[in-house]
Amino acid sequence: MTEPMVSFENVTKRYGTLTVLDNLNLTIGRGEKVAIIGPSGSGKTTVLRMLMTLETIDGGVIRVEGEPLTHMERGGKLVPADQAHIRKVRAKIGMVFQSFNLFPHMTALQNCIEAPMKVLGLSREKAEARAMDLLDMVGMANRRDYYPSQLSGGQQQRVAIARALAMRPKVMLFDEVTSALDPELVGEVLQVIRKLGAEHDLTMLMVTHQMGFAKEFADRVCFFHSGRICEEGEPQAFFTNPQNERSRQFLRAVLEAG
Amino acid sequence: MGLRGLAGLLALTIATIWYLSGLEDYRIFVPGLAQGAAMTVQITAAAAVLAVTAALVAALLKLYGPAPLRWLAVTYIEIFRGTSALVQLFWLYFVLPVFGITLEAYTAAVIGIGLNIGAYGAEVVRGAIVAVPRGQWEATVALNMSRAQALRRIILPQAFAAMIPPWGNLFIELLKTTALVSMITLGDLAFRAQQMNQTTMKTVQIFTLVLLIYLAMSLVITIAMRLLERRAGRGILRARAA
Amino acid sequence: MWDWGFALEILPTLAKAAIVTVQVTLLGFLIALSLGLALAAARIMQPWTAVPISLAVELIRSTPLLIQIFFLYFVGPSFGLTLDAMTAGILAIGLHYAAYCSEVYRAGFESVPRGQWEASVALNLGRWTTLRDIIIPQAIPPVVPALGNYLVALFKETPLLSAIAVMELMQSAKIIGSQTFRYNEPITLVGLFFLVMSLASAWAIRRVEAGINRRYRR
Repeated sequence: MTEPMVSFENVTKRYGTLTVLDNLNLTIGRGEKVAIIGPSGSGKTTVLRMLMTLETIDGGVIRVEGEPLTHMERGGKLVPADQAHIRKVRAKIGMVFQSFNLFPHMTALQNCIEAPMKVLGLSREKAEARAMDLLDMVGMANRRDYYPSQLSGGQQQRVAIARALAMRPKVMLFDEVTSALDPELVGEVLQVIRKLGAEHDLTMLMVTHQMGFAKEFADRVCFFHSGRICEEGEPQAFFTNPQNERSRQFLRAVLEAG
Repeated sequence: MGLRGLAGLLALTIATIWYLSGLEDYRIFVPGLAQGAAMTVQITAAAAVLAVTAALVAALLKLYGPAPLRWLAVTYIEIFRGTSALVQLFWLYFVLPVFGITLEAYTAAVIGIGLNIGAYGAEVVRGAIVAVPRGQWEATVALNMSRAQALRRIILPQAFAAMIPPWGNLFIELLKTTALVSMITLGDLAFRAQQMNQTTMKTVQIFTLVLLIYLAMSLVITIAMRLLERRAGRGILRARAA
Repeated sequence: MWDWGFALEILPTLAKAAIVTVQVTLLGFLIALSLGLALAAARIMQPWTAVPISLAVELIRSTPLLIQIFFLYFVGPSFGLTLDAMTAGILAIGLHYAAYCSEVYRAGFESVPRGQWEASVALNLGRWTTLRDIIIPQAIPPVVPALGNYLVALFKETPLLSAIAVMELMQSAKIIGSQTFRYNEPITLVGLFFLVMSLASAWAIRRVEAGINRRYRR
C-alpha cells in the first residue's frame, strides 16, 4: 500500500480548558476527496487550520506524505519543528478560505503571481503564464486586472482557488468556501471545485454545509461531533443510512432546514 | 473640510499674505520672516523624515522584535510621548553636553522634534498594522510566504492607506512643534517674529503675518496628504467599504 | 554628572512651580471643555455658525500654540486688552484646546442615532431640552477618553508658557539653570515629573474607558 497523503495521529487541540479536538486519528489517501461535516463547534474547521499550521496542536503528530509537519525527526526523536521545516512541508498544502482573504491592494492576476514569484522564485513570465492558465480554468481570465472589491463574492472565491492552485499544492483545503456567498453564487464555485476534482489528481479536504455536493463529490464523509469523528464512510451509505444516532439527528435537522 | 474648500482657503491665505506684504506697515518684516519661514520648512522636512523612519522602526520592533529590542521601542515611545516636546528639546540641547555630547541647535531641533513625533507615529503605524484583518495573515501562511514577505508585500501596503490621515495630523503637529526651536535660539519663523517684535513693537503686523504663514504651510500639508490618501486609497479603501 | 544634593536642593522650588503648572492645566482645560462644548452645540443649534466655527477651528489647529500665546499676550494691549502673562497663557491654551475639544464633542454628537432626535420631536420636546437632556448625556460618555487624552496633551504643552515668563515648571528650571549653570538636574527632574504624570493619566484614562465601555456598551 502506498503511503497516505495526510495522517493525523492522536492529535489533540485545546483552547484553555476546552478540548476542541480529542485524540483525532484520520488518514487520507493520495487523491482522496474527503468531506468533513458536522454541527458548528464540532472542531471540523480546526482540522483544516491545524493542517495549514494556522493553529498549533497540543498533542499528537500530523504527517504529510509520511513527513511530520509540526515536528521534525532529530536523532530518532520528534522535536518541535523550526520555521524552515514547517515551510518546506507546508508547501504541499493550499487553502481556500470562507472569507476569500484575497489581497485587496492587488488585482486578480497579482494575487495569483505574488507567492509563486516570491516564494517559489518563478520569473514573472512563468508566474503569469501559470496564473492565466488557472484564471482561465476558473473562468476569471477576463477579470485578471480587476481588484477584489470590483468582483462578486463568487468571482473572488474563484480567484482565491486559482491563487491557491498556483502554488501547485498536493493537498487542497476548502474551509466552508461557499458559506459567505449569496445563494445564487454558490453554484459557480462548486462547479469549479467539481472541475478541479475531475481534471487534477489533487487530494482534497473540505469542510462544507452543502450536503448535496458532499454526497455527489466526496469519496468519503467524516461526521464530526464534539471534537471526535462520530461516523465516517462512503457518502452514499452515510447519507442514506447513517449508523450513528448523532449523525441521524444532524442529517434530519439539515434536511428539514432545506 | 473638502479638498476644494481647503484649496480655496489656501488661495485666500496666500492672497492675504501677498496683499499685506505690499503694505507700508508690513513690508519691512517680509525679508526677515521669509528667512525664518525657510528655516521652519527645512526643520519640518528633516524632522518629518526622521519621524517616519523612527515610527516605522519602533512600531515593527514593538510588534515583532525580540524582547530586548521590543522593550527599547516601548521605552522610547513612552518617554517621548510622556514628556513635553519643549522639555525634550531643552534636554537634548542643554543637558546632553553634560554627558559629553554637544549638539548644534539645528541638530538638536531635528532630532528632538523628529523623535517626538516619531513616538506618536509609532502608535499610528502599529495601530494600522494591527487593524489589517487576520485573514490576510492567514492567506499568506496558506501561500507559504515568510513573515517578512507577508509584512512587506501584503500587510504594510494595506496598513499604509489607513496610516495616511493620522500622519496628516501628525505632520501638522510637527510643523507647529517647530515653533519651539525658537527657544533654543534657532532662527525659525517664531524666533524672527519675537526678535522683530522686540525691536519694532509692531506686534499686530508681525504676528498676523506669522499666523497666516503657518496657516498656509499647514494647508499645504493637509492638501498634500489628502491627495496622497486619494491615490493610495484606490482598490483598498473600496474593498474595506464593501 | 548627576548631583543628588543639588537635585534635592532645587526640589522645593520646582514643587512650587509644579503647582502653577497644575493650575494652568486645570484652568486651561476648564475653558477648553466648556468653550468646546459651546462651539459644538452652536453648530448643531444654529447651522449658519458651522462655517465660521469650522474656519476658526481650522485656523487655531493649524498654527502653533506658541504664536497664539504671543499673539494674546503682545497683541492684546493694542486693542486695550492688557493681560498678565498667566491669564494670557491660560486663555491661549484654553482656546487652543477648545478647538480640539469641539471636534471631539462633534464626533460624540454625531454618534447619537438620529432616531433620538426624532423621538424627541415626537414627544414634543424643545430643541434645547432635547440637546441638554437627551443628546448630551448620550454624547459625552463615549468621548470622555478622547477628552482625557487632550487633557494630557494640554498638560504637556504648559511649558510653552515659559516663553512669556509664567513661573511654571519649565521657567523655574530654566532660571535655576541660568543661575547655577547646571541644567542637568532641573530639566531631567521636570522631564521625570511630566513622564510620571502622563503615564499615570494614561493609566487612569484606560481605567475610565474600560468603565465606560462596561456601562454604555451599545
